[in-house]
Amino acid sequence: MNIVVCVKQTFDTEAKIALTSDGKIDSTGVNLIMNPYDEFAVEEALRIKEKVGGEVTLVSLGSKQTVDTIRQGLAMGADKAVLINDPAMEGADSHGVAAALAAAIKQLNPDLILCGWVAIDDGASQVAGRVAEILDLPWVNVVTKIEIADNKVVAHREAEGQTEVIEVALPAVITAQKGLNEPRYPSLKGIMQAKKKELKELTLADIGLDAASVGAQASQVKILSYSLPEARKAGKKLEGDPADTAKELVRLLREEAKVI
Amino acid sequence: MAKGIWVFAEQKEGELRKVARELLYNCRKFADQMGEEVAAVILGEGISGLAQAVADYGVDKVYVADDSRLKDYTTDAYVAVLADLIKANQPAAIFFGNTGIGKDLAPRLAERVGSGLMTDCTAVEIQDGNFVFTRPIYAGKAFTKVTCPEARPVMVTMRPNVLGAGDPAGSKNPETVKVDVQLDSSSLRQLVKEVVKKASGRVELTEADIIVSGGRGMKGPENFKILEELADVLGAAVGASRAAVDAGWRPHDDQVGQTGKTVSPTLYIACGISGAIQHLAGMGSSKFIVAINKDPEANIFNVADYGIVDDLFKVVPLLTEEFKKALAE
Repeated sequence: MNIVVCVKQTFDTEAKIALTSDGKIDSTGVNLIMNPYDEFAVEEALRIKEKVGGEVTLVSLGSKQTVDTIRQGLAMGADKAVLINDPAMEGADSHGVAAALAAAIKQLNPDLILCGWVAIDDGASQVAGRVAEILDLPWVNVVTKIEIADNKVVAHREAEGQTEVIEVALPAVITAQKGLNEPRYPSLKGIMQAKKKELKELTLADIGLDAASVGAQASQVKILSYSLPEARKAGKKLEGDPADTAKELVRLLREEAKVI
Repeated sequence: MAKGIWVFAEQKEGELRKVARELLYNCRKFADQMGEEVAAVILGEGISGLAQAVADYGVDKVYVADDSRLKDYTTDAYVAVLADLIKANQPAAIFFGNTGIGKDLAPRLAERVGSGLMTDCTAVEIQDGNFVFTRPIYAGKAFTKVTCPEARPVMVTMRPNVLGAGDPAGSKNPETVKVDVQLDSSSLRQLVKEVVKKASGRVELTEADIIVSGGRGMKGPENFKILEELADVLGAAVGASRAAVDAGWRPHDDQVGQTGKTVSPTLYIACGISGAIQHLAGMGSSKFIVAINKDPEANIFNVADYGIVDDLFKVVPLLTEEFKKALAE
């Protein structure tokens, strides 16, 4: 089975966010990692490959820095990778990113496309759905279990308060949710091998696109400003006999906060 | 020219979802400010009765697509019906709830109709006749203001609980449009084999007004019983920190935080939660935060409106009794 996994490099979950002097997100000194949901997608692809054979290709959009994240996926066991690295993609919106990824994916002609259901940086959770739409493929979103047989995928999709068991024919796009699996750590051998694996860098021209159709100027969604949340202040600390503090808390919630 | 503000009036088992009521209530106000009309769009099977429920919010028009193929939500069917409606009627904006369905439906629909989409928004402003939305990034560690100045319809998914809702303004006797559902069966690729409901019967985390959440300080899965008892008294949802989920004490879909759910309840009661940065990101937009932790240095106290520094195993059962008494009054 020919599997493509979309991976994105994001800030570490422990990262504190600060703004630069011109009001943008400051990436200085921030540790970069593979988007945690994409790790579930990579792991699942490797497990499927181990079961039925085939090849796992990572596809990413980014810069030279993104190579670290791609190497991590290769070290986990992916076979090769494609990086769309074109400065014209700076400032692209979800449509632009999806169009670029879809164009690169199309060249690979996969049977299955796996993505994380959301990236923990912009939190937009729309690129995978847009990729599926552009490629005219069925998709199942927010998946915690995958079974593949007879050229079909049965995927357990998580929705509020319920699990939907959905069958689609391959090729399809599936997005990974926490719970799907436990991602492996790259082995030392894997890390050594990753350095020799194919990592193809492509520009927009290589995938038949141009900045006017997918870059910043094509972006429908405009970012006006960034801000940081107002810092919350520490409130009242209640100490003493637990029976009294419990009583006092309920009183405060009723009379002061008025939430009960 | 694009005209009208639409609300995707999401229903579940024939009942309007809470976020749909919030959207209907607020979009009426936005429309009045902008001199626009409001239309509600209802998809499902056997849902014609809901037209009155949405009409009560003062909508001008109700589109009802009632069809057996819309009984269970599937991306393909819902996207197809909505895309046809959009092409035929050219609305200026469409509001969705940022729910399991909204998150699944909106991106594909936006791509199909060639428009911009802003997801999981937490605030709305109107500037020069354009919607400007606020959306959290890095799970709430930062915010960004976004707009879609040109493409129509402007598409947005709003996080539940952030807009608030009041009593319906009253029916304006809206025009009801029965949607002729045209679905080519070969285009419906998702087969819903089974829908398994969660057994707890508690409200969903993302929609809950009150959340009782437990962390590493719970010490084991069996101890969550005391949080569940408290939650049941308050009609609350039960959440967990990443530490509790990674320890295998709670299912992953209970997790609140940057790699879990971002929630915006009125009251968040954190029990035995230290307050790691990724957890604070997920619940930082709660209106009131209560922390119960025996470590007075725990980070969570820096953000809590009320904190009890004590053993949660002593405090929580007492709290449950106090709430019971208070609510019985």
